[in-house]
Amino acid sequence: MGYGDVEMIDANGIRNDGRKAGDVRPISIELGVVPVADGSCRMKWGNNDVIAAIYGPMEAHPRKIQRQDRAVLDVRYNMAPFSTSDRIRPGFNRRSREISKVTAEALESVVMLELYPRSKIRVEIEIICAEAGTRCVGLTAASIALADAGIPMTDLVISVASGKINDVVVCDLNKAEDNYGEADLPMGVLPNTGELVFLQMDGNLSPKEFQEAWDYNMDAAMVIHEYCVEALKTGRYPQ
Amino acid sequence: MTEKKNAAGPQDSQRVPLLVAPGEDLGDSEGYEIGHGVIAIAGRIKATKNGRTNVNGNIISVEPRRTAYMPRPGDLVIGFVEGCTNNIWFVDIGAPFNAILPMSLGPSMADFGGTRSVIDIGEAILCRVQEVEETHSSVVTMKGMGLRKIRSGAVEIIDPHLLGRLIGKQGKALRQLKEESECRVIAGENGRIWIDGDFEGTLEVRNRLRSMTAEAKAATPGGVA
Repeated sequence: MGYGDVEMIDANGIRNDGRKAGDVRPISIELGVVPVADGSCRMKWGNNDVIAAIYGPMEAHPRKIQRQDRAVLDVRYNMAPFSTSDRIRPGFNRRSREISKVTAEALESVVMLELYPRSKIRVEIEIICAEAGTRCVGLTAASIALADAGIPMTDLVISVASGKINDVVVCDLNKAEDNYGEADLPMGVLPNTGELVFLQMDGNLSPKEFQEAWDYNMDAAMVIHEYCVEALKTGRYPQ
Repeated sequence: MTEKKNAAGPQDSQRVPLLVAPGEDLGDSEGYEIGHGVIAIAGRIKATKNGRTNVNGNIISVEPRRTAYMPRPGDLVIGFVEGCTNNIWFVDIGAPFNAILPMSLGPSMADFGGTRSVIDIGEAILCRVQEVEETHSSVVTMKGMGLRKIRSGAVEIIDPHLLGRLIGKQGKALRQLKEESECRVIAGENGRIWIDGDFEGTLEVRNRLRSMTAEAKAATPGGVA
């Protein structure tokens, strides 16, 4: 049986981990997990385990990165060497640079950077355990940590990915679905306005499938937003 | 507040402080002035910080759970000298940027190049913010009543937003703390507290500050005050 023949969803629409097509993996959120940081968040999403910590606003160094009219977001996404079954070589690589960049661009659309000219806000995202969709978990955790740090923001960014497995569009792919699936569509959504700040696609989706994946992502983002708001108000989710 | 989104916002909250998250809708902006931690977009008020809503008259604001100190002219602050040139000291006042203290605003004049003989690196000073530019560069001064180099006692740090709790209404709580501990206690707007007195008094003030911080955390669900 080749990769394309792996059966990941049965005739009743039940996926290999027991979820239905539109279900999201279990989520838990905890704030203030890094006491030395100005704001922090630990987010567990399925088997993903991510810590995001915020430092600043602080003076931007080196001076050449300073912007006279606004702050800069210095995002560093990193996977721990032990986060996957195959050891990851420590340090920055092409993938982590790309994810750091897209995360920074998504967060820049909500953080009121103009209030802190010439400053830098450091966003550290550390993947402790990776299953699938770490960029979505990292982005969501970073936005909660920024809110926890008291950085002014116009909205939270909630990120979630849908994709296609065995020609069926499903929400929030797990490891097997991500590896053997046909397409993957991660999105970053501003839940209060429904605006989109981050969109990537890996694989091919027809316009109809794209719309279906989009709808799944939008619906899931609204649900996850409620979890995030509860975590921000009470310090953790679930209680 | 989610359930009250469709209502006319703050009016319907009956002025009960509510916990809000960034982006949360606080109602119609008409008739309200915008305070700290909120913005008005397309006629609606939105929270920009995670905290508790506060409606004072027609000013609506969000009292954040955690926030960085941003200097304002006139603030009394406690700073640590982090570096100097021939005629300027660089002072860490707990803000995103170090403040500068020119020799002309220092405690005494020294020869050009003699800044370290007046205030050395690592020493603490009680100073006042004189000027803050749009780019957040700030200038502090030591010319003024009571502004000095701190030569004795201890400096304790608390979150700046807990200062109101420390000082109390019309300074009552702080006055009581000074009387009970028989210490000189000076609270800087940047959350740094200078405690000067005997060992036991200093310890008492420190313990009080720590218990106050712990109480504030306990009062906030999840302990993230």
